[in-house]
Amino acid sequence: MSGIPMEHGLMVASALFAIGLAGLMVRRNLMFVLMSLEIMLNAAGLAFIVASTAWAEPHGQVMYLMVITLAAAEASVGLALVLQIYRHFRSLDVDAVSQLRG
Amino acid sequence: MMEMTVSLLPLTFLLPLAGTLLLAFSAGRLGERGAVWIGTGSVGLAALVTALVGADFALGNAGPQTLTLYTWIAVGEFAPSIGLRLDALSLTMLSVITGVGFLIHWFAGWYMRGEEGITRFYAYMNLFVFSMILLVLGDNLLLLFLGWEGVGLCSYLLIGYYYQNAANGAAAMKAFIVTRIGDVFLAVGLFLLFTQFGTLDIAELVTRATQAWSAGEPLAQLAALLILGGALGKSAQLPLHTWLADAMAGPTPVSALIHAATMVTAGVYLIARMHGIFELAPAVLYLVGMIGAVTLLMAGFAALAQTDIKRVLAYSTMSQIGYMFLALGVGAYSAGVFHLVTHAFFKALLFLAAGAVIVCCRHEQDIRRLGGLRRRLPLAYLSFVVGGAALAALPLVTAGFYSKDEILWQALAAEQQGLLIAGLLGSLLTGLYTLRLIVGIFHGEPKSKAAENAQPGRGPQHSVPLLVLAVLSTLLGAWLRPDLSAVFPAAPGADAHAGHTAVQLIASATAIIGILLGAWLFLTQGPKLARLAAEGAGAFFWRWWHRAFGFDGLYDRVLVRPFLGLVQSLRRDWLDAFCGLAGQLALVLHAGLSRSQNGQLRHYAIATVVGATLMVVILARA
Repeated sequence: MSGIPMEHGLMVASALFAIGLAGLMVRRNLMFVLMSLEIMLNAAGLAFIVASTAWAEPHGQVMYLMVITLAAAEASVGLALVLQIYRHFRSLDVDAVSQLRG
Repeated sequence: MMEMTVSLLPLTFLLPLAGTLLLAFSAGRLGERGAVWIGTGSVGLAALVTALVGADFALGNAGPQTLTLYTWIAVGEFAPSIGLRLDALSLTMLSVITGVGFLIHWFAGWYMRGEEGITRFYAYMNLFVFSMILLVLGDNLLLLFLGWEGVGLCSYLLIGYYYQNAANGAAAMKAFIVTRIGDVFLAVGLFLLFTQFGTLDIAELVTRATQAWSAGEPLAQLAALLILGGALGKSAQLPLHTWLADAMAGPTPVSALIHAATMVTAGVYLIARMHGIFELAPAVLYLVGMIGAVTLLMAGFAALAQTDIKRVLAYSTMSQIGYMFLALGVGAYSAGVFHLVTHAFFKALLFLAAGAVIVCCRHEQDIRRLGGLRRRLPLAYLSFVVGGAALAALPLVTAGFYSKDEILWQALAAEQQGLLIAGLLGSLLTGLYTLRLIVGIFHGEPKSKAAENAQPGRGPQHSVPLLVLAVLSTLLGAWLRPDLSAVFPAAPGADAHAGHTAVQLIASATAIIGILLGAWLFLTQGPKLARLAAEGAGAFFWRWWHRAFGFDGLYDRVLVRPFLGLVQSLRRDWLDAFCGLAGQLALVLHAGLSRSQNGQLRHYAIATVVGATLMVVILARA
């Protein structure tokens, strides 16, 4: 583990975050939007782990536990909403689900 | 026993109030029969209580007294109570309100059969009776004013009862606003009296006023004048009389109860109740008599030229209240109140009979389209003849004769020959327009399909109230003359008798001449009269009287239109425009920002990313 420099780990995390963000912005299917969100959360988690290992600090690992808890909560709420939206609109296209506009 | 019956007095107004609440909260679940039963029953029970209290009062078991229920408001010195004044005057008014009111409620069950919103009708009617009773029983001016405004509100609600027709709403507004002008005077009068004497209790007020003011004191004149203003509005006297004829837009029982028997006589009651103040202002009292005389003549002429049954009766009501004001003006309060009572009987009878005609002829109320109903509607004919005879003061046999004769005699005894002559001329006019009305409806040939196919009303709901009121309009009604000597000072003609017989003879002769002249003119000279009214000077007078001397047009031009013009011109001033700027700005911002809320989730995500990136860049540079 200690053989990998922190910069490499952070670059992987940034790349993951960028992939997630791009997915969030371009994907139309709500399932994929949720998955992009998960990737972004995991990117943040990876950054915490890399930093805590490099500096031998336990706080980063605690933060990671919090991030996966949040991710679980977010996924359960998000999936429930996706289910309801599918029942209601028979579609998961976010552009079609745009009733809530000014 | 005595304590018990008098303590029942609050029930007279609590029962109608309970009726109102019950009807209002039933939300139409009672049905027509239930509404009629509750509406009529509550007033009937109130009449019963009044009879009990009245019997005790007449037998001497209960004297004049004040019943204080509780203190209404207590602010320092100002502590008006909910107190009831029981004396001969309030008991007389109470009897008229509950007695005649009960008969009218009963009749209304027949008149309103099958109408929409009958629960609403009875709720308003009961609320009216409640307010009117508060008005006459209140021992202080504030409670009286509460009742005064309450009856005004009910009058408004009931004139506009058929609200689908915009004209009825306009008539209701007119009645409300015109009487409100009088009420402002009355309210200012109350403020004046309160600042002077620190109380609104009527008995206390009059005592303090007589101690503090001498006769003719400017402040006393002003106070009397302000109270008179209120009375003029409510009682439809010149110059605030224009609302009463339009008030006929309401259902006919409403016209009978509110716009003939009770509410419009509230002004007479107010002046009679406050006579102590008016005695201190002889000039204002003289003005009361003058206004009465002018109104009775003017309304008499106007009644001659109306074509709607109810408008004839409305102008005749103004005219008869003119007689009451005339009586008050010469200091004959007792005669004025006596005429109030007999007028309540015969005018309620005439209105109910008119209602019977109107329903039987399928809501045809134009004299020119009726006629020949004598045989088809015998009971209505009988009622009209008895009521009309009382109105025209047919000597000896009618109630109206005794009260009107008393007024004319008191005018002579007070040496007001001018008022006496006006009264005599008025009684000639009364005979004429009464005969015109009766001949127009019941004699000759039917002039429309509705009159040809008139179906007489059936059942006790229709006939009993008419018969009872017919009996009360005859000599028997005059026997019910209340003894008001304990309430009022002696009238001018109390001790003198010189000329009383002469006045009686002249008054009888005038009334009979009026009736005979009317009978001759309208029974045999109909076509000639029609020609006379159609051309030349006759047409001018017809139109002038038909529009009641053009007061409506005058007020419209002098007051209503300038006011509306002013309102229009003030509609868009610079201050208003400046205040409106905030609203304009909000609208522009709204239009811009609402466009960004397009409901596209991906656009929001992109906006968030762009925003976050911008912030990071800015923070990194700083």
